[in-house]
Amino acid sequence: MCNQAVSLIAAELERRGIATVCIMLLREIAERMRPPRALFVPYSHGYPLGAPHDAALQKNVMRAALRMLERDGAGPVIEHYVD
Amino acid sequence: MAELTELGLATRAYLAAYRWRTIDPVPWSPLRKPLASANVALVSTAGMVLPDQEPFDNDRKGGDVSFREVASKAETSTLIDTHRSRSFDHSGIRSDPNLGFPIDRLRELADEGTIGRVNRRHLSFMGSITAPGRLIRDTAPVAAQLLVDDAVDAVLLVPV
Repeated sequence: MCNQAVSLIAAELERRGIATVCIMLLREIAERMRPPRALFVPYSHGYPLGAPHDAALQKNVMRAALRMLERDGAGPVIEHYVD
Repeated sequence: MAELTELGLATRAYLAAYRWRTIDPVPWSPLRKPLASANVALVSTAGMVLPDQEPFDNDRKGGDVSFREVASKAETSTLIDTHRSRSFDHSGIRSDPNLGFPIDRLRELADEGTIGRVNRRHLSFMGSITAPGRLIRDTAPVAAQLLVDDAVDAVLLVPV
C-alpha cells in the first residue's frame, strides 16, 4: 500500500510542476500504477534504502534515484537499482 | 527483493482482489535546474512522527490519510514509527529512522554537492491506505501545495 501512496502523491506533485522520483519495492505495483519516475530497489518491505545504519548504501540508493531526475524524456520510467 | 509472496496469506488474498489505482495520464515535470542547485524535499510514507506530534490513527477505516510536517532541522533519531502495517519488519526503521525517512542522508547529499539544498521541511504520511480517495482528493493536494509554496524543485518519495 505504501507503494501506491507514494505514487499517488508523486502524481499530484508532478501536476503542480515539481519533479519527483519514487523508490519502489514492488515492481508489479510500479508497472500497474505508473508513477512518473520509479527506482525499483531489490530490498524487502521495511528496508527501502537497503539496511539500517549503512549510510553509504542509503546514499547510493538516493543518488541513483535523484539522478533519474536529470534525464530528459517522459514517463513513466522504471529503473532497477543494482548494488 | 520485496515480493507479494513474502506477505502473509490473508494479506496476499486481500491484495489479489484489490483494485490498485492507475495514474493515467502520467504527469511529467522536468527538473528545471541542475540537481546540484535544486531544492529537494522528502516525502516518506513510513508513518514517522516527531515526539510532540500525534501518531497516525491506526483505527481509521481505509487508512489515515493525514500527514505531518517534519522540519529539516529535526533530530532524525527521535522520529517514531507509527505505521500500522504488520506486513513488514519494523525493526530496521525503528533502529535507524533514516532507512525510511532519510533526512540525515539528504543533508549529507547537500554537503557533498549532489543536490543544491535541503528544503526547510519534509512530509510524513502513513502509507497503509486502502481507500486512497481522500488522499487523492484532499490531503495530497494540500501537501503538494506546501512544497510548491516552498519553491521545491524535486521530491524523493520513500515507501516502506
